[in-house]
Amino acid sequence: MSADPSQFEEPILRIRKQIEELSAQEPEPARLAEIAELQSKLTKVSSEIYSKLTPWQKTLVARHPQRPYTLDFVSLLFEDFLEVHGDRKFGDDAAVVAGLASFRGQACAVVGHQKGRNTKEKVIRNFGQPRPEGFRKALRVMKMAAKFKLPVFSFIDTQGAYPGVGAEERGQAEAIAVNLREMAALPVPIVVTVLGEGGSGGALALGVGDRVNMLEYSVYSVISPEGCAAILWKSAASAPEAAAAMKITAQDLKRLGVIDEIVPEPVGGAHADPAKAGELLSPYLEKAMKELMKLKPALLLEERYKKFRKMGFYEKG
Amino acid sequence: MAWFRKEKKPKEAVEKQTAIPEGLWIKCDECKEVIYRKEVEANLNVCPKCGYHFRLTARERFEILFDDNKYKEFAGDVRSGDPLEFRDTKRYRDRLKVYQQRVGTGDAVLCAEGKLDGMNVVICAMEYAFMGGSMGSVVGEKITQAIERAIDRKEPVIIVSCSGGARMQEGILSLMQMAKISAALARLSDAGLPFISILTDPTTGGVTASYAMLGDLNIAEPKALIGFAGPRVIEQTIRQTLPEGFQRAEFLVEHGMVDLITPRVEMKPALSRFLRFFLQKA
Ligand SMILES: [Zn+2]
Repeated sequence: MSADPSQFEEPILRIRKQIEELSAQEPEPARLAEIAELQSKLTKVSSEIYSKLTPWQKTLVARHPQRPYTLDFVSLLFEDFLEVHGDRKFGDDAAVVAGLASFRGQACAVVGHQKGRNTKEKVIRNFGQPRPEGFRKALRVMKMAAKFKLPVFSFIDTQGAYPGVGAEERGQAEAIAVNLREMAALPVPIVVTVLGEGGSGGALALGVGDRVNMLEYSVYSVISPEGCAAILWKSAASAPEAAAAMKITAQDLKRLGVIDEIVPEPVGGAHADPAKAGELLSPYLEKAMKELMKLKPALLLEERYKKFRKMGFYEKG
Repeated sequence: MAWFRKEKKPKEAVEKQTAIPEGLWIKCDECKEVIYRKEVEANLNVCPKCGYHFRLTARERFEILFDDNKYKEFAGDVRSGDPLEFRDTKRYRDRLKVYQQRVGTGDAVLCAEGKLDGMNVVICAMEYAFMGGSMGSVVGEKITQAIERAIDRKEPVIIVSCSGGARMQEGILSLMQMAKISAALARLSDAGLPFISILTDPTTGGVTASYAMLGDLNIAEPKALIGFAGPRVIEQTIRQTLPEGFQRAEFLVEHGMVDLITPRVEMKPALSRFLRFFLQKA
């Protein structure tokens, strides 16, 4: 089992390196032609590789160190983002960001998990794994949105809620549970987008909404493939098998009726072209917001209830 | 040869032997005393020596809580499918068959309606012996039906949790049951109806992170393990051993997550008193 996306991305990285090297040289016509040829080869190779990714490889793309995170999408798609801090109970959890912003001229609230890019930031963001304060901060801002009748955009990207002593002491389970109940009853539109990793309860705690979208190579699961493999296969090395068995890709979740839309990513994944990834996501957010803002709160909540009410699969008799 | 029957090792690693084994004598998991089985049973399956609470089946729970052991089960026709055609070392479908034969067709929760001290109530009791009480689509559907029934009939809901969390073999659909049940509880709450959550050993993972923590009252049995992450996962993450009593019911009361700890023999009278207040029958 390899947990490094550069393994299957190797041909892509090789061409990219060639392009970089040639670009650094004198721009002669022959060289420019060569670069153009390599560019089209890059597109072809990338789309070939990305059209055949296994669920485990998609997991690695979803966790790609260069993948755009919540704040990257916020700066690409929203204007005037004003971040707010703290749960008013214990502290401020940097693994969750929350604030107010403007989207296509509409005032709104934004909440989302936030991972760190470099080592220092990773530690500050606790690798995107929230403690109870993070969930409570998000809920506080969502309730504020409800008070001022603002739609909520929620972005999911976490490997899961943090399993630590303090998190348990301060009610990790309670914090998630309350978010589920309160989001089910929040009388303003909630548009959820899974950007990267949707890890279990820590993801769902920001994931109850009227529309749930997933980026093309994002994943969403009840437990991480490694965790599932450790329990059912008795070895974390079976994570690729577990990833396939659990049906965790955007395409699987669409088939299972759990999500509404699959948002296409640029050729070679969102990390290959973050700006393009934002451009591709934008119309989905706008469409959802416009449709939902037409609904009266009572109808909105009724539809939201029905949406989750029908999730699951069982037989009768 | 031992003069009491040894516990047979269960075939499935996920479940610990819980129900009292056959035989005249049993050994307490906690104090290791060997006790006359009838004596334990007469004491609601609580060790008369040390107060250890043996795990109950869903129907044993009903027997303790409903008046005169009279109740009507419902939603019994909801059965697990195999939506993912899941297979690890074994097919999920085959695992289900084994559990259905060994434990019953009710999956990991039974729902029933009846009277508790003369008051109509809906009670859901989880069945730990069925795949560790794990919550998949059936548990989610049955509990949601129970809550909706209670809303229709204006009755309180009591859920007795006993579960290792969400069922991996149904993947994301298991996770979504947390949202589904929590949404139904929001409606129950809006209708002004009581929900009492009883947390028994163990209540962890997605069950704790949804309905088990959402009671108007959260009541735990003594020493029950209650938490979000399992102790082993936490130990691996922080690379330290956890203090004695961590994630036990007493720890949760201390940290404000549970209202009170009630021994099994006092559970029904306690529920009755609270419900009388909630229903203004005091
Ligand atoms: Zn004992």
